[in-house]
Amino acid sequence: MTDATPVPVLTSREKVAATLKRRYRAELRFRAYGLSAVLIGIMCVVFLFWTIIQKGYTAFEQTYIQLDVAYSAEDLDPAGRRAPDDLQAANYQLPVRAALRAAFPDVQGRSELKKLYGLVSGAAEQTLRDRVLANPRLIGQRDSVWVLADDRVDMLAKGKIDRSLPESDRAIDDMELRLFDALKAGRHVEVRFNSPFFTSGDSREPEQAGVLGALVGTLLTLLVTLVISFPIGVAAAVYLEEFARRNRLTDLIEVNINNLAAVPSIVFGLLGLAMFIQFFGLPRSAPLVGGLVLSLMTLPTIIIASRSALKAVPPSIREAAFGMGASKVQTVMHHVLPLAMPGMLTGAIIGMARALGESAPLLMIGMVAFIVDVPKGLTDPATVLPVQIFLWATSPERAFVERTSGAIMVLLAFLLLMNAVAVFLRSRFERRW
Amino acid sequence: MQPSTIVIVILVLTALAYQVGRRRSLAAVGGRRGARNLHSLPGYYGLLTAAWCALPALAVLAVWHFAGERLILGSVLSQMPAEFHGLDAGQRGLLLNDIRNVVAGNIPASAARPAVQAAAIEWSRLEGISRLAGGIVALCAGLIGGLFVWRRINPELRARNSVERLVEVALILCSVIAILTTIGIVVSVLYEAVQFFRLVPVTDFLFGTKWSPQMAIRADQVGSSGAFGAVPLFAGTLLIAVIAMLIAIPVGLFSAIYLAEYADRRFRAVTKPLLEVLAGIPTVVYGFFAALTVGPLLRTVGESFGLTVASESALAAGLVMGVMIIPFVSSLADDMITAVPQSLRDGAYALGATRSETIRNVVLPAALPGIVGGVLLAVSRAIGETMIVVMAAGLSANLTANPFEAVTTVTVQIVTLLVGDSEFDSPKTLAAFALGLVLFLVTLALNIIALRVVRKYREQYD
Repeated sequence: MTDATPVPVLTSREKVAATLKRRYRAELRFRAYGLSAVLIGIMCVVFLFWTIIQKGYTAFEQTYIQLDVAYSAEDLDPAGRRAPDDLQAANYQLPVRAALRAAFPDVQGRSELKKLYGLVSGAAEQTLRDRVLANPRLIGQRDSVWVLADDRVDMLAKGKIDRSLPESDRAIDDMELRLFDALKAGRHVEVRFNSPFFTSGDSREPEQAGVLGALVGTLLTLLVTLVISFPIGVAAAVYLEEFARRNRLTDLIEVNINNLAAVPSIVFGLLGLAMFIQFFGLPRSAPLVGGLVLSLMTLPTIIIASRSALKAVPPSIREAAFGMGASKVQTVMHHVLPLAMPGMLTGAIIGMARALGESAPLLMIGMVAFIVDVPKGLTDPATVLPVQIFLWATSPERAFVERTSGAIMVLLAFLLLMNAVAVFLRSRFERRW
Repeated sequence: MQPSTIVIVILVLTALAYQVGRRRSLAAVGGRRGARNLHSLPGYYGLLTAAWCALPALAVLAVWHFAGERLILGSVLSQMPAEFHGLDAGQRGLLLNDIRNVVAGNIPASAARPAVQAAAIEWSRLEGISRLAGGIVALCAGLIGGLFVWRRINPELRARNSVERLVEVALILCSVIAILTTIGIVVSVLYEAVQFFRLVPVTDFLFGTKWSPQMAIRADQVGSSGAFGAVPLFAGTLLIAVIAMLIAIPVGLFSAIYLAEYADRRFRAVTKPLLEVLAGIPTVVYGFFAALTVGPLLRTVGESFGLTVASESALAAGLVMGVMIIPFVSSLADDMITAVPQSLRDGAYALGATRSETIRNVVLPAALPGIVGGVLLAVSRAIGETMIVVMAAGLSANLTANPFEAVTTVTVQIVTLLVGDSEFDSPKTLAAFALGLVLFLVTLALNIIALRVVRKYREQYD
């Protein structure tokens, strides 16, 4: 060590100064990485919302076509009795087609006529039927009716079909384009608020498909989930937090709760399929089974939230109650539980919000069936909003893309509402000790 | 009597029992004025009577309901013509379904076979009798229970203690449900998986490299046996999870560092909830996003570089899944970083370290076990995630490490095998449960390790 080559002797100050520039640069770089990570995350949020809104805001509008319909008596009511049964069973396709032919007398030939008839939705017949049933005197008269346009026409009216594409690449061919333009020039086309989207169930036809069935199914399912998981979750939390002595059993329960909270949701679906449907013979596709599965899934969330709400109640409250001669159960039921309730409710709402967005386990128990009717009870076949989104997203029709985004917006609005309620509850009722 | 009517009658009876019990306790001490001579408040006597009335009645009703159905089933089947005896389980199930449908009115009785019709009539008759009898027995049980307590009510009866013991038992039962759920999962998945392994050897399943679960309709069809080698699924799951973690770990970790160490209070108050929005978005929305936006986007970008990207590439699903997991990693890492005591940082600053040097050399190593635990939890979530991959990853079981190709995952296969018809005797359906078992065990192991690590770390600085 003695024959070392002469090294310039640096003081520590000089050593530090020599590297300082590099170190500061490293500092800046590190900071920039952090900031850009945050920005990437936020960009993802913004991009996600932007795509969905940009794809889906048109779902809340719907194109209507005005038809000048003649309700001819010999077509609709040959018996002439005006009986509701006859009117219900009548063929309303005839007046719809007649009205279209009258509007375009120059369209001739089988395939051309087929295209002409294809401009309006199949729901047009139902519209006419409803009008006639409501007012049978319309028969034999003329009536100007706005009916739903076909989904491809709807896309065209909303500008989602590029007219400059060659005809073979377009969903709408030149002739349909000409017919549409003629209707539009005559002010027979209108884009209005899409109320059927909120008042009808699912359909194979995009223009007739709505979210009401899925919404009702979601509400029924969440109702079952709440009724089952909230009382049980609160009871379990009260036991673990207030009564349980630390022993093997409570340790086991705790390990189980923590693990269940992290079990993939699809495994709960397998449980539901094998237990509730296969073993107990409960009906498939029912909100009852969906609710049961989701309750098991949300139970850990509710228990964990309720326990922390109970922990937040200071021991002085309990001691005061004991001091007044209250028993353990009385102390908990009369004093601790009411004070912890806002926190527990917040936890329950957050758990519900997660259950609301869950779809994988519900696929397992058959809630993916195509269901047109709005469910009326807990054992009716039903679907839920996220599964409806899944079904529409996997449908090939172009018009379902905007419907899917529209349904996603409805779902997100519900989530937002629930979280807002949770935040409100927390800020309004939570007490700081 | 409908089951719901019986339940309502029992509830009314319970309410009556409450009143009667309460009155009797007061009467025993000569009215309200003597209430101080009672051991418990009068309400407790009422509650005790009500509990002794409701619990036996409901218990009898439940047992009757389940046992009754079995008895009716046996009786109806034994009365059917001889050709319906000695059916195997599948045929029996179909027959029962027919009968049930006729009973429920789903099928008009005229459309059914005469034997089924007769059975349905017999079924309805027996069911009516059984319900009536069950209701009466349940009500009797309730009355006897109520009466039993009612007779014993006197000022010395320790009603409150009994009620409280009941409450405590109820609370314990509620918390045991967590254990029961776990047992339920294990039993149901394991039972079907064992059935599957009887048909397909475990080693073929775990180490086979060919997955084509389609069962042939005809016996002579090509590939009629189906192949159940799950290695391509495991590889696909792993590939997508790795891509997801490559996104989530750096972004999540760096944003946690920035938010915990650099950002001022206002910036944090705005950005943290914004990032957490990502965690609240339902997975089906991510799936839609991956399938309709990211997938096509990657395809176009790939084509402009001369790459062939499958429209259902592993990359699209993995990227979006990574975005989904970012807030999960970042909030866990944030917790772990803030848990590192300030004194450690102060020590490093005092030695002249810059902030980033402190973070890299002091804070992160101190928080590392916790962060690793969090990352393991995130991996388990990525493996178990279903909707994104169902919508954005493919169905073809490719054994590849190329992220531009389509792969399939364990969860996708579970969904495709089970959605639609599910007969519980074909290997195709049972395979889903075998996959579910693997998924459950792997995520369970990851969770247990992760929770251990996190807990140990938390204790370190508490």
